[in-house]
Amino acid sequence: MAHQPSLPADEIDTGRRHALKCMAWAGTGLVWSVAGGVPLTAGLIGGGAQAAPAATKTTAPVNPGLTFAQISDSHVGFDKPANPDALATLREAVAGVRGLPTRPAFVIHTGDISHLSRDEQFDAADQALKDLGVPVFFVPGEHDVLDDGMGAAYLARYGKGPNGKALGAGWYSFDHGGVHFVALVNVVNLKGGGLGNLGEDQLAWLADDLRALSASTPVVVFAHIPLWTVYPEWGWGTDDGARALSLLARFGSVTVLNGHIHQILQKVEGNVAFHTARSTAFPQPSPGSAPSPGPMKLPADKLRGALGVTTVTYRQKAGPLAVVDATLG
Amino acid sequence: MRSFIHAARIAAVLFCALTGLAQAETVEIRIDNFTFSPAEVHVAPGTTIVWVNADDIPHAVAANDKSFRSKVLDTEEKYSRTVAGPGTIDYFCSLHPHMTGRIIVDAGGSQGSGTSGPAGH
Repeated sequence: MAHQPSLPADEIDTGRRHALKCMAWAGTGLVWSVAGGVPLTAGLIGGGAQAAPAATKTTAPVNPGLTFAQISDSHVGFDKPANPDALATLREAVAGVRGLPTRPAFVIHTGDISHLSRDEQFDAADQALKDLGVPVFFVPGEHDVLDDGMGAAYLARYGKGPNGKALGAGWYSFDHGGVHFVALVNVVNLKGGGLGNLGEDQLAWLADDLRALSASTPVVVFAHIPLWTVYPEWGWGTDDGARALSLLARFGSVTVLNGHIHQILQKVEGNVAFHTARSTAFPQPSPGSAPSPGPMKLPADKLRGALGVTTVTYRQKAGPLAVVDATLG
Repeated sequence: MRSFIHAARIAAVLFCALTGLAQAETVEIRIDNFTFSPAEVHVAPGTTIVWVNADDIPHAVAANDKSFRSKVLDTEEKYSRTVAGPGTIDYFCSLHPHMTGRIIVDAGGSQGSGTSGPAGH
């Protein structure tokens, strides 16, 4: 359930014209606010809550702008010691998003909806997510393409995308509130010894999708496995992610949202902000800190502190970018 | 002399039968901590390879050349496959493709890599 963190646990300043803040509570999610074509305030920190916004045009200096949330790695069906009831913690995350002072326009789920791609797991996840009361846009994780059809079950359920234009393994884009959203799939056709994979077809589609956009259009890209190389020894990266990022290099504001690694990692490189979300199911160790990236078993009273919701606020200002993370634990 | 040849033939048949039994052994590869162990095995044609997932996260076994692919293996689930050979089979985990392994099938039938697990389970 939603709990406010007491104090920021960490703060990083970098030179960028947007302010970005994160905080955490049980469950997971990133809440983003964007207005007037530039990521702006969400009012989720410091009591500046705002009403749920309607979509705004890029040129409109409207405040509030767009708020959305990110849920990731719900792994419904996971029942191992690290979290015997992953469905329960997904429900807590949903309740946390519902309790936000700013109602998100929609939620993105960055994959590993299910643990084993079974119908009953997708069903249970869908039922829990329905309580959000807002549209949910999905990309698959590798756990969602384990059926005999190697992703057919995911495509049958989610494959049309938000506008019926999803292609290939389920990639698509859409526009909302002056922001261009791109949903990429990097968990299919994986090669032995490799990392995540986008593939030639998807990269060609991405180049075409971005071609008509002006460089001032804010772009949010989301995919399951990090598009940047986090820790290749554990497979945490995407082999051809750099090619996707090169297509995004001309844009003034690019935000890349990923899951997969069950913890917050972030960096800013040029105009690109990278952020990975926590899982709603179980935490994984920080890169290289354990023999393997397997689920971390924490004492029961510590689990929710490790799952945590992250909220992110963009503020348009001249000062440096402030990144703040906190957990309750 | 004839009886000697006959005895030799019987011995040969017995030898072949015994060799055949030896070749039909089973080699277990455990999947533990996101690693195939042993990562490389040296086996004789006809050996049955059994992969056992000892992790509390699912894995799957897929040949690089797409000649086989297991269903997803949850904790303690197994997948077995008898290799013909001779030849080299490179495989990986289709969920976590940085996990790789190799099966070398030749007449030798001995396991390689110096870290072999127990055979015949």
